[in-house]
Amino acid sequence: MTNTAVEVRGLRIRRGRSAVIDGLDLEVPRGAIVGLLGPSGSGKTTLMRAIVGVQIVSGGTVQVLGRPAGSAPLRHRVGYMTQQASIYDDLSVRANLRYFARVQGAPQSDVDRVLERTDLMGQADQLARTLSGGQANRVSLAAAMLGNPELLVLDEPTVGLDPVLRADLWGLFRSLADEGTTLLVSSHVMDEATRCDRLLLMREGAIIADTTPRDLLSSTGAASAEEAFLDIIEKDTAGEGPAGHGRRSRTHLLSQNANGKGRPSHDRRGHGTKEGGRR
Amino acid sequence: MNPMRTLATTRRVLVQIRNDPRTIALLLIVPSLLIGLVAWIFDETDTFATIGPAMLALFPFIVMFLVTSIATLRERRSGTLERLLSMPLGRGDFILGYTLAFGLLAVVQTAVAVGYATLVCGLEIEGSVGLLFVVAIADALLGTALGLLASAFARTEFQVVQFMPVFVFPQILLGGIFLPRDQLPDVLETIGDWLPLSHAIDALNAVSTGNEDDAYIWLRVLFIACWIVGAIIVGSLTLRRRTP
Repeated sequence: MTNTAVEVRGLRIRRGRSAVIDGLDLEVPRGAIVGLLGPSGSGKTTLMRAIVGVQIVSGGTVQVLGRPAGSAPLRHRVGYMTQQASIYDDLSVRANLRYFARVQGAPQSDVDRVLERTDLMGQADQLARTLSGGQANRVSLAAAMLGNPELLVLDEPTVGLDPVLRADLWGLFRSLADEGTTLLVSSHVMDEATRCDRLLLMREGAIIADTTPRDLLSSTGAASAEEAFLDIIEKDTAGEGPAGHGRRSRTHLLSQNANGKGRPSHDRRGHGTKEGGRR
Repeated sequence: MNPMRTLATTRRVLVQIRNDPRTIALLLIVPSLLIGLVAWIFDETDTFATIGPAMLALFPFIVMFLVTSIATLRERRSGTLERLLSMPLGRGDFILGYTLAFGLLAVVQTAVAVGYATLVCGLEIEGSVGLLFVVAIADALLGTALGLLASAFARTEFQVVQFMPVFVFPQILLGGIFLPRDQLPDVLETIGDWLPLSHAIDALNAVSTGNEDDAYIWLRVLFIACWIVGAIIVGSLTLRRRTP
């Protein structure tokens, strides 16, 4: 058994004619909480989908738990929580989890276990459509936890939650990691960086920093993760960032979201030196 | 594929429908109401005796087409399909699970419609009522299979509803309800002869008049079955684990 849960080499993903991810390398160690941080539209979801094996990939390799991503034996060993709560609105919370447990091949006793751990016992018999957004998200998380997968890929699990619930969820992630689960958690809230063991900072389809929370702050001398991230982006766009992409554009961190679509614009070409038509 | 996962899917679909009583009411009552309306329209003539059986073929087909195409589109759009395909669920489990659930619904729907048509509207069934159910179920499964296929080509709910006329209306027009197929222009007659609903209508007419032997009806059911299998194979090809 190696110590790497996920190993990505030279990953390329195209959407239409433009490259969304172009030559990405990445390692996720086992038993750790790895934060995938970046603004919306930076390619976090696309990368996570490639790791789960539901994304069409045009080049490179993605190895998960020692096997090619998406291969049949991995479907029992990897839990995936999508950004939208992928549950059935017209089923109760318990009926949702019962069904997913049967599909996962997990025992029905597992349903109560994940309900308790996500603090949903009180809502178990409620129809999913009557839940709040945060509750629905937790049902989605509970479904991903069924069958005790070795790797949990969680796409923005804390989005829209109040600070107390967010702290509770990070407590849950920590206890899962202590039990040996590997967690890859994406977020666009930089403050959550400090709760991870390792950090991957992503921007425009590339990993611009692979670090730890402590190193992030000490290497940049910034007071908060948000500041540190801005600092890294500034260096990166000036062509001297840790990832050394030599990007010349002065695009602001959030500018690609300015059109409100939350996706990279279509005229971009990976992380080349030219940036066509961006402002 | 795995029977436990298939049946779990069937159960899940049925529980979803059970949680939606209005849909159940519409599924069970609307066909009978429309059959009653047709019987009333032709009250003074004996036309209902000839088109009544065809009505029994239409409803399970149309209703199951709509229900399946929208249900599958919802799975695609809500992300539940992506979740399921990242889990150990076979594509066959998904499709067969749906087919079984809607097949079961079709049996109940047909029982209500046949009961209403014969007991209230006075439709006479000379042949075997058992065979009538076989044809109606085959029809419902055909609707399910084509609905599944249609949902693959639709991106929105608006589009999927527009597919209904595309898949369904030509079959009704060329199936021999408006004009017997042998009186249609040659080209249209040939096309009609290859469409599955035509054979369902033929089979139900044969059951109600009792003019043909069982082999004639089973041959038509077999023809419909080939369409179902074809549509399911093409439909399952559209369920990709990996998407752009």
